[in-house]
Amino acid sequence: MPDEAPRGARRFLTDFLRPSRSQAVMALILFICGLAAVMQVTANSADAGYSTMRRSDLVELLDTLNAQSRRLEADIAELESTKSRLESGVDAQRIAAEEATKRLDELGILAGTLPATGPGIRMTIVDPQQQLTPEILLDAIGELRDAGAEAIELNDQVRVVGTSWVGGSAGALVVDDVALDLPLTIEAIGTPHSLEEGARFRGGLVSQVEGPAVGGSVLINQVDDVIIETLHRVSEPQFARPA
Amino acid sequence: MIAILGLLLGVAVGIWLSPTLPAVLQPYLPIMIVAAMDALFGATRAYLDHTFSDKVFVVSFISNVTIAALIVWIGDQIGVGSQLSTAVIVVLGIRIFTNAAAIRRKVIHA
Repeated sequence: MPDEAPRGARRFLTDFLRPSRSQAVMALILFICGLAAVMQVTANSADAGYSTMRRSDLVELLDTLNAQSRRLEADIAELESTKSRLESGVDAQRIAAEEATKRLDELGILAGTLPATGPGIRMTIVDPQQQLTPEILLDAIGELRDAGAEAIELNDQVRVVGTSWVGGSAGALVVDDVALDLPLTIEAIGTPHSLEEGARFRGGLVSQVEGPAVGGSVLINQVDDVIIETLHRVSEPQFARPA
Repeated sequence: MIAILGLLLGVAVGIWLSPTLPAVLQPYLPIMIVAAMDALFGATRAYLDHTFSDKVFVVSFISNVTIAALIVWIGDQIGVGSQLSTAVIVVLGIRIFTNAAAIRRKVIHA
C-alpha cells in the first residue's frame, strides 16, 4: 500500500480544515480537559499539594515525619555520646602519654640513662698520700644518697647508679671498671645544703679524709647548675621479666 | 481545528481566570484528568481506525471520568482511597500506553 500514508494525511487535512459536529464536541471536551489540567497544575504548585490530599494520606505523612524525626533524634543522641566518648578518650590518652613521658624522664635520671642538671655540690678530694680507700668512697656515695642526691657523677667519667660497684685499692680506685684519677671530683644533684652537711658531719667523709689516716683535703662548692652528662649503659636483663 | 482551538481556549481560561474547584472534588481531579487522557487517546485511535463516532466518544469520556472518580470516592469511604487511586491510575496508564502503541503503528507503520 504505497499510497496509504498520503491518503491518511489528506484525510486528516480535510478533516482538520472542515468544521463538523464531532469537531465541536471534541473542542468542548478538550476545553474541559485543558481547564482541569491547568487547575490541577496551579493547585499543585500553589500549596505543594497538601490541600488536595486525603485525610488518611495526611495522617500517614505526619506519622512518617514523626517517625523520621524520632529516628533522627536518636541518631543525634547516639552521635553526641560517641563524640563525647571519643573526646574524653583522646583526653585520657593524652594525659596518660604525658604521665608516661614524665615517668620515663624520672626513671631515666634515676637509672643514669639521661643527662641531668640542677642545683647541687661539686666536691674535690685531694689525696697526696694516696690513702683514699674504696670503703671511704663507698661510704661517701652512701652518705650523699642519704642526703637526697638524685644523680652522682665521679670525675666526669662514671655515672653512679644502683648497680655501680667500687673496687680497686687505696689510691687506685676503680668504679664500674673505670680507673679514677686523683684528685677525685664528685658531682651530685640534690639540695646543696643537705648534700654538704651529709659530707661534713662528724665522722663523715670530710672527717675521714682530713683525718690522720688519709691526710688529704676536701673542697666543697655549692653550685646552682651542676651538669651531669655521663650516661650509664643499661644492659638488657637476661632473666628478670616484668611481672 | 476547532478542537485545537477548544484546547487552547481551555488552557487560557484556566490560566487567566484561575477558577477553583470545590474542595470536595479536588482529590478526584487528578484521577479525572488521567481518565480524560485515556479517553482522548482512545478517540485518536478510533479516528485512525475509521471507527470514530462522536456520540461514542462523549459517552465513553463522561463515563470514564465519572467511574474513575467514583471508584476513588468509594475507596475513600471504605479507607482504601490511596490504594484504589493507584490501581485506577495503573489501569488507565496501561490503556494509554496500549492506545499510544496502536496510534504509533497507524501513523508511522512501526
